[in-house]
Amino acid sequence: MERIYLDNAATTKIDKEVFEVMKPYLLEEYANPSSAYMFAGKTHDKVEDARRVIADSIGAKSKEIFFTSGGSESDNWAIKGVADALSSKGKHIITTKIEHHAVLHTCEFLEKHGYEVTYLPVDENGLVNPSDFEAAIRQDTILASIMFANNEIGTIEPIAELGKIAHEHGVVFHTDAVQAFGHIKINVDEMNIDLLSASAHKLNGPKGVGLLYIRTGIRISSLIHGGSQERGQRAGTTNAAGIIGFGKAVEIANERLNETREYETKLRNRLVDRVTSEIPYVKYNGDPKRRLSNNANFSFRFIEGESLLILLDQKNICASSGSACTSGSLDPSHVLLAIGLPHEIAHGSIRFTLSHETTEEEIDYTVETLKKIVETLRNMSPLYEDFVKSIK
Amino acid sequence: MSQVTEYSEKVMDHFSNPRNVGEIENPSGVGTVGNAKCGDIMRIYLDIDENQIVQDAKFKTFGCGAAVATSSMATELVKGKSVNEALKITNKAVMEALDGLPPVKVHCSLLAEEAIHAALWDYAEKNGITIEGLEPPVKDIEEKVEV
Repeated sequence: MERIYLDNAATTKIDKEVFEVMKPYLLEEYANPSSAYMFAGKTHDKVEDARRVIADSIGAKSKEIFFTSGGSESDNWAIKGVADALSSKGKHIITTKIEHHAVLHTCEFLEKHGYEVTYLPVDENGLVNPSDFEAAIRQDTILASIMFANNEIGTIEPIAELGKIAHEHGVVFHTDAVQAFGHIKINVDEMNIDLLSASAHKLNGPKGVGLLYIRTGIRISSLIHGGSQERGQRAGTTNAAGIIGFGKAVEIANERLNETREYETKLRNRLVDRVTSEIPYVKYNGDPKRRLSNNANFSFRFIEGESLLILLDQKNICASSGSACTSGSLDPSHVLLAIGLPHEIAHGSIRFTLSHETTEEEIDYTVETLKKIVETLRNMSPLYEDFVKSIK
Repeated sequence: MSQVTEYSEKVMDHFSNPRNVGEIENPSGVGTVGNAKCGDIMRIYLDIDENQIVQDAKFKTFGCGAAVATSSMATELVKGKSVNEALKITNKAVMEALDGLPPVKVHCSLLAEEAIHAALWDYAEKNGITIEGLEPPVKDIEEKVEV
């Protein structure tokens, strides 16, 4: 079997069409789009075309889209930038326990610099309760940062409702939409979003380019200081090829949005149905309905995730794990702990994320392989041995 | 971040084809160490004859690739040894026999050493003997896992 890539939440394969539109801007049209001469003109125009396509896709204006190096920079900029610009108004930020580290570690950084952060809990499916959010808002709350869809368990948060609550209380609302952008239809006005982070390589675009949407009127300080690129808000030579590729990736993703969702949902459900019915002692993590169409996350009792990953890898299947052993710390994934999984069960968790190119044959091969590997590892597990003896 | 590429060929071999997986019925000694919360539990069974020679060793392990490989290697090293020699198998010896471990995985080799000690302690207690230099094992595993 050829390599089966089921880790599309980590990154995706660049689309051939995307690569083709980028190529001239790496080879012939290499001018710096900020330059004054005619040679730079075409590159400049193409970058602005991409900005327009991307802005249109979320109901924003072109001048509200700021290109960055990726999702982590966008998250850092949104949170540190608003925290700095509004520090005289207050120093309280609200986020959740299941954010990406780009948000969590940024908040922890701000805590060291005099800010207070509330980390909202989530329910057993990973959903934030809007009334918990409202209750956490204080006089000095300046910013809320709540992810659109979770990268590990795929749960989609009630963003429009949370954004509405934020606005009713005069709180700036940021969403890390890295996993959702290009996969779910987003409208920043209808969903009450002030700031939104996205990354190109999660939707078959190139790595190293992302964006921050900043609603007109939102006060935010710069993160990267220097030249006057991106309307003076984000310095650094424009990544022209990357941005042009990002624009194409968004165009393609939007064209096939519904088709991809239906296709992935069908295959994902096949994976989930087969795994949960054919392998005993498995838990399917995340919300069964409000979730990304390509995400499946399972906990296999009595076994540990890294072992499972290595054995899958030996069968040419790429997946990822919430186990501590893949993170270099003793604690398993903070997301799995936040949805209430005990440590020993969180350690045995695996995430599969499909793409529009995943086939039914690949899913079936993955299920058959998983069945064998889980059995092998359970036969090696003292926890399973004790469990079997306890039910005899 | 631990990646498969950080493991030596020997670690991968002992993980992919672990030696001595299983249980020993009525073992001379059995030791279980580690903690499910941290993601590693090792259990080593020893069959020790009347001359205090380890005739057989088996293991069961819940844990990462390195945990399985160190258990496998520890059982290989302990077989044929006298009780006193078995006590001298250090985590360093297990690591060396595996051509090293990534730094974040060194604790796995410590668990393997502790698991041998715990099994020897069980053997000594069952037989009412004292093995010089053997400390009682630290009991930190969760006795029962709820379903």
